[in-house]
Amino acid sequence: MKVIIMGCGRVGARLAGLLDIEGHQVTILDTNSYSFRRLPPEFNGTALLGNGTDEEALRKAGIEEADAFIAVTQGDNRNVMAAQIAMHIFNVPRVISRIYDPLRRQLYNSLGIEAISPTIIFAQMIKERLEK
Amino acid sequence: MYIIIIGGGKVGYHLAKALLDEGHEILAIEKDADKVELICSELGSVCVRGDGCETTTLDEAGTSRADMLIAVTGDDEDNLVACQVAKHKFNVPRTIARISNPKNEAIFKKLGIDATVSSTNVILEYIEQEVPTHPLTHLLEIRDEGLEIVEVKIPPESASVGKAIKELPLPPESVLSLLIRKQEKPRIPTGNTVLRAEDQIIAVTPPESEQALRAALRGS
Repeated sequence: MKVIIMGCGRVGARLAGLLDIEGHQVTILDTNSYSFRRLPPEFNGTALLGNGTDEEALRKAGIEEADAFIAVTQGDNRNVMAAQIAMHIFNVPRVISRIYDPLRRQLYNSLGIEAISPTIIFAQMIKERLEK
Repeated sequence: MYIIIIGGGKVGYHLAKALLDEGHEILAIEKDADKVELICSELGSVCVRGDGCETTTLDEAGTSRADMLIAVTGDDEDNLVACQVAKHKFNVPRTIARISNPKNEAIFKKLGIDATVSSTNVILEYIEQEVPTHPLTHLLEIRDEGLEIVEVKIPPESASVGKAIKELPLPPESVLSLLIRKQEKPRIPTGNTVLRAEDQIIAVTPPESEQALRAALRGS
């Protein structure tokens, strides 16, 4: 599977490493080359400097042939915009984005964006741990 | 009309002022407390603090009865999201987004934003007009028809000087609509009009034919 990940933070870098080990073709984008330090040393994919909300940068990353696009930058709005570009301009079959804000996640789910809110999941997990 | 403005920076402030002067009901939403205070002290209580991309903020602002929402923050993605929330959650009839990256114009249109204004393009166009050697200036875009109105100045060294318009290899889809010549009344050029140095031509053309039009008129 060819996967493009936008945002090389802790989550992005870790996901890139996991998919890479399993033999997927991974390209990871970030606007700051310093972020690529988080990638595991044995990472075989491509690290590309560029903005995931920019059509040209996405083309360079090979979005036209991508099977999946993952948006995990720090900005909810940036993730939402990039996810919609991937879905509606490039017709990427699978698009997932991280949305911190639970209220916004609801709205975007209703617009057809597959959005995961770590805020909801994490709060729930901690609560369950406490109750154990 | 009830108009909501997202972003209380320079653009938001002056937009609010202009729309208030026209007698509209205005509410500006801005994250920064200092900017909110500035707007309220100068324009009256027309600004609230909050994130204009958030459903709760927009709900409190009475977005569902707004006639229009204009997002003018400096971030393209924030403007996109604010307009989308307004459109899909609150059914605002018209949404307008300011964009900084001109490339986003097509994307925003595809994602359902009614209109975009590219501040970068607007500034570029004004600067183009002021640069005397600039061969072709964009004056206006007629978006729905895919046409634009451009201005071409005929330089003295141009091969088209002294030629009639019908002799020029003009692209068929471009129309020369107006000829402006110093000390003369502007007029509509015909095939027999002979071009002179320093003439200004206003033409309507699809963007694809811009190059050919420029080459034909300036002979380069």
